[in-house]
Amino acid sequence: MGILEVKGVGKRFGGLAALSDVTLSVEENSVHAIIGPNGAGKSTLLNCLVGKLIPDTGSVMFDGQSVLGRKPHEINQMGISRVFQTPEIFGDLTVLENIMIPCFAKRDGAFRMHAFEQFSHEKELIEKSEHILEDVNMADKKDMHAASMSRGDKRRLEMAMCLVQDPKLLLLDEPTAGMARADTNNTIDLLKEINEKRKITMAIIEHDMHVVFSLAQRITVLAQGTPLVEDTPDNIKGNAKVQEAYLGESQN
Amino acid sequence: MEVIVLQVLNGLDKGSAYALIALGLTLIFGTLGVVNFAHGALFMIGAFCAVTLNRILSLSHEVIDPDKTDFLGNPLAVNVPYVYDWFGEAAGQGIINWSVPLALLFSIPIMIIVGIAMERGLIKHFYKRPHADQILVTFGLAIVLAEIIKYYYGANPIPTPAPPAFSGSFDFGALIGLENIIYPYWRIIYFSFAMIIIAAVFAFLQFTTFGMVVRAGMVDRETVGMLGINIDKRFTIMFAIAACVAGLAGVMYAPINSPDYNMGMHFLVLSFVVVVVGGMGSLPGAVLAGFLLGILESFASLGVVIDLLPGINQIIIYLVAIVVLLTRPRGLMGRKGVMEE
Amino acid sequence: MLGLNAKDAGLFLLVTIMVILAPLILNPFPEGSELAQFNAGYPDLMQRFVIFGIFAIGFNILFGLTGYLSFGHAAFLGVGSYAAIWMMKLLTLNVIPAIIMAVIFAGLFALLVGFVSLRRSGIYFSILTLAFAQMSYALAYSVLTPLTGGETGLQIKSTDSPLLSNLANGEIGRANLFGLEMGSSFEWGVGNWLFTFNAGYYIAGIVMLMAFYMSIRIFRSPFGMMLRAVKSNQQRMNYTGLNSKPYTLAAFVISGMYAGLAGGLLVAMDTQVGPERMFWTASGEVVLMSILGGVGTLIGPVLGAGMIKYMENIISKINDNILHQWFAFLPDGMEDFVVFLIHPFIGKGWHLTLGLVFMAVVIFLPGGLVEGGQRIGRLFRRKKRDGAVGDAAKTPAE
Repeated sequence: MGILEVKGVGKRFGGLAALSDVTLSVEENSVHAIIGPNGAGKSTLLNCLVGKLIPDTGSVMFDGQSVLGRKPHEINQMGISRVFQTPEIFGDLTVLENIMIPCFAKRDGAFRMHAFEQFSHEKELIEKSEHILEDVNMADKKDMHAASMSRGDKRRLEMAMCLVQDPKLLLLDEPTAGMARADTNNTIDLLKEINEKRKITMAIIEHDMHVVFSLAQRITVLAQGTPLVEDTPDNIKGNAKVQEAYLGESQN
Repeated sequence: MEVIVLQVLNGLDKGSAYALIALGLTLIFGTLGVVNFAHGALFMIGAFCAVTLNRILSLSHEVIDPDKTDFLGNPLAVNVPYVYDWFGEAAGQGIINWSVPLALLFSIPIMIIVGIAMERGLIKHFYKRPHADQILVTFGLAIVLAEIIKYYYGANPIPTPAPPAFSGSFDFGALIGLENIIYPYWRIIYFSFAMIIIAAVFAFLQFTTFGMVVRAGMVDRETVGMLGINIDKRFTIMFAIAACVAGLAGVMYAPINSPDYNMGMHFLVLSFVVVVVGGMGSLPGAVLAGFLLGILESFASLGVVIDLLPGINQIIIYLVAIVVLLTRPRGLMGRKGVMEE
Repeated sequence: MLGLNAKDAGLFLLVTIMVILAPLILNPFPEGSELAQFNAGYPDLMQRFVIFGIFAIGFNILFGLTGYLSFGHAAFLGVGSYAAIWMMKLLTLNVIPAIIMAVIFAGLFALLVGFVSLRRSGIYFSILTLAFAQMSYALAYSVLTPLTGGETGLQIKSTDSPLLSNLANGEIGRANLFGLEMGSSFEWGVGNWLFTFNAGYYIAGIVMLMAFYMSIRIFRSPFGMMLRAVKSNQQRMNYTGLNSKPYTLAAFVISGMYAGLAGGLLVAMDTQVGPERMFWTASGEVVLMSILGGVGTLIGPVLGAGMIKYMENIISKINDNILHQWFAFLPDGMEDFVVFLIHPFIGKGWHLTLGLVFMAVVIFLPGGLVEGGQRIGRLFRRKKRDGAVGDAAKTPAE
């Protein structure tokens, strides 16, 4: 029984079936990659997991509870954090504030009227935030305006914002898209460390096979909205169906 | 039955004005992506074009009339409009009487100039700014334009009559076999005029290359920009057209309600509500919602309705807007992806 | 101090001193002098400064922090005013219950309007709030006449006899605070100068300081940070486990209560209210105040409110005669020409001036007066530094 159980999920947009009968299971403490050609439904699946979309059929169970029909913030409160393909951060706020917001969300829940409390009194949370900034090598940038940072820094900031919540499941949408090889390798190391030291389960959508095969313990291949196979990286490499799916794409 | 037909007819003229302003607002919003709070001011400027032309044509000089004397027996000076001198009295009077329709011609170049000046001088610099900034700067412009008009024309409404030929009413009831449906000619003309303008705008968008580009731009502005089409020039022309539509609507509306400097603001608020109800970015939606709300407002002004729900005529449009926005956030005919959260 | 950091405490202290000394500072010109018309230190205007300051501070909590542009805030001001005047007509002429009721009613109304309007964002939100405000205005103007007095509005009349105030028959009640009448003033003449210290102004001033203090605390609180997060990236906020809706609604209600407070105070000062207070131009005015002063800054809205109310009162009082006096030093033809040029912008034309200033601010100075001040400050500092560097550079050369 995995921490995330997706069973028979289907989603249609008008006449187009974006997902049909998707079933997959993410084991606790593992890294599970979801790969597939463009338009295979990877992003739609991810959006179904975080409450942005509601599937037409099937069930999504997380930690023994259904996530279907819950709002994004409720799903996050259950322990699922999401890293976006283009970094979603609070651009108008400082780096430290960016980290503090998820800290408050974790401690105080989805809403709390702390209008007369003082920011500077939250020593514990500030310390925690500064600590996580050190982990991602951004301690010196804590007073910077988040929007003014480089794209790479924004990605690391977003990662830190998710990590500071100690999520049970971290969803990553192409975390290395558009990165240079060196940065990609750094990111792989960082993700490995997160998985091994913090014991955070990860589900990752990725195009870059190098990243997938260095990180994932299990891989689900999606094609045209349905899972082709779910297996270990070694078995996937030699799978004829998978090659066909990708070749088919390249011929288009 | 009579009541229903009458109220529908009564709603048509206001609805026409709403539809024409909302059409311009939608064109500007759809193509330029700008929320123009100064659009009502363009409507007002149009109405004041009618006022101005009427005044110009009525410019007169004093002439001593040998046939008339005042009560002391002195010869009486009378004002004779210059047009009398030029075209003779009968034709001159005719020209003055027809000042409102003539103002249509007079107003087109003015509205084009005003529109181009506005777009080139101000709006252009706000394409990339947030909607809130666009609202704010055009709101400021609306105040300025209204105040300029107030400075030159005073704060009181200025009666601007329609040609006497149209001053009567038309027994509409006789035509369809009902009684007591009398409808002023000018309102019939206003409605027909609005329909012509609306048809012209739609035909222009549908059948010209220019219109095709504009429609494409309304769907996907960035792509059209990337196709190497000179979008800037088209934006300017589009804005001038929208200004013209609002201006012409204003010219023709002058005889229905005497223009004053505040009319722009009044119509703007309601037209925005109309646009939102129709669906932001949908031209048919704007027209449909304009007429629907005009007619609805007219029905809400019925004595029976007011007795039942006092004050409903004042708030019906807002009430409808609130209900529509909450139940159909995209408006009646809004497209997906236009100005959503 | 008071839970504020040194910088905020300094700002608060400065504003406090300004409020206390306003009757002196705003009357710099001696009575009877030509420039006396520029004096703003009379009670009626000073009361408006602080009351509209409160209105703008509250509006800024919504627009400045969350970025939601409401075009209907005057409705809350109006609801507050009507609630306050009914308290004074029925219960007591003491202003405290009136003001409290104003805040409560405005808050409840804001809760209702906000609950509906906040289901949409962006321009839809602006139009929904505008629709609500226009509806309130139309209702106050017509149907609700028994409650609102219709077009003429409500005043305290000789026939009103509030329960707790012992008025003689036919006496017109006056607003007071435990017996201290709002209208009572202490005048102090020094040489040619005459300074008026008005009870109503100081009471409104104290309330404004409290409102300002609360706004600083909100800006600096975790709650304030959440509101800025709403403006910055609502999607990220939701995926971070925070529900942005109640945060925005709370900000909306708080700013509605500020508007109600301002409305209540207006009634406490002049004991009357009319529906025009809710008209959409009144909503536009508070937007102008915030933008002019500087949206999202602490002091900006107060500056903007002061500036607009000053312009309204002073510019609209200037007439051609005054202009001719000023420019008397010019040759005759020139004098007439200058007066002719300025004429459209003064007197009744002050709205034109306002519109132009507002456009200029949005185009060139989106941060308002505060940003303007900062830019000038930076310019001076840079000059100083450049000067210092220049000196240092010169030394080795010599």
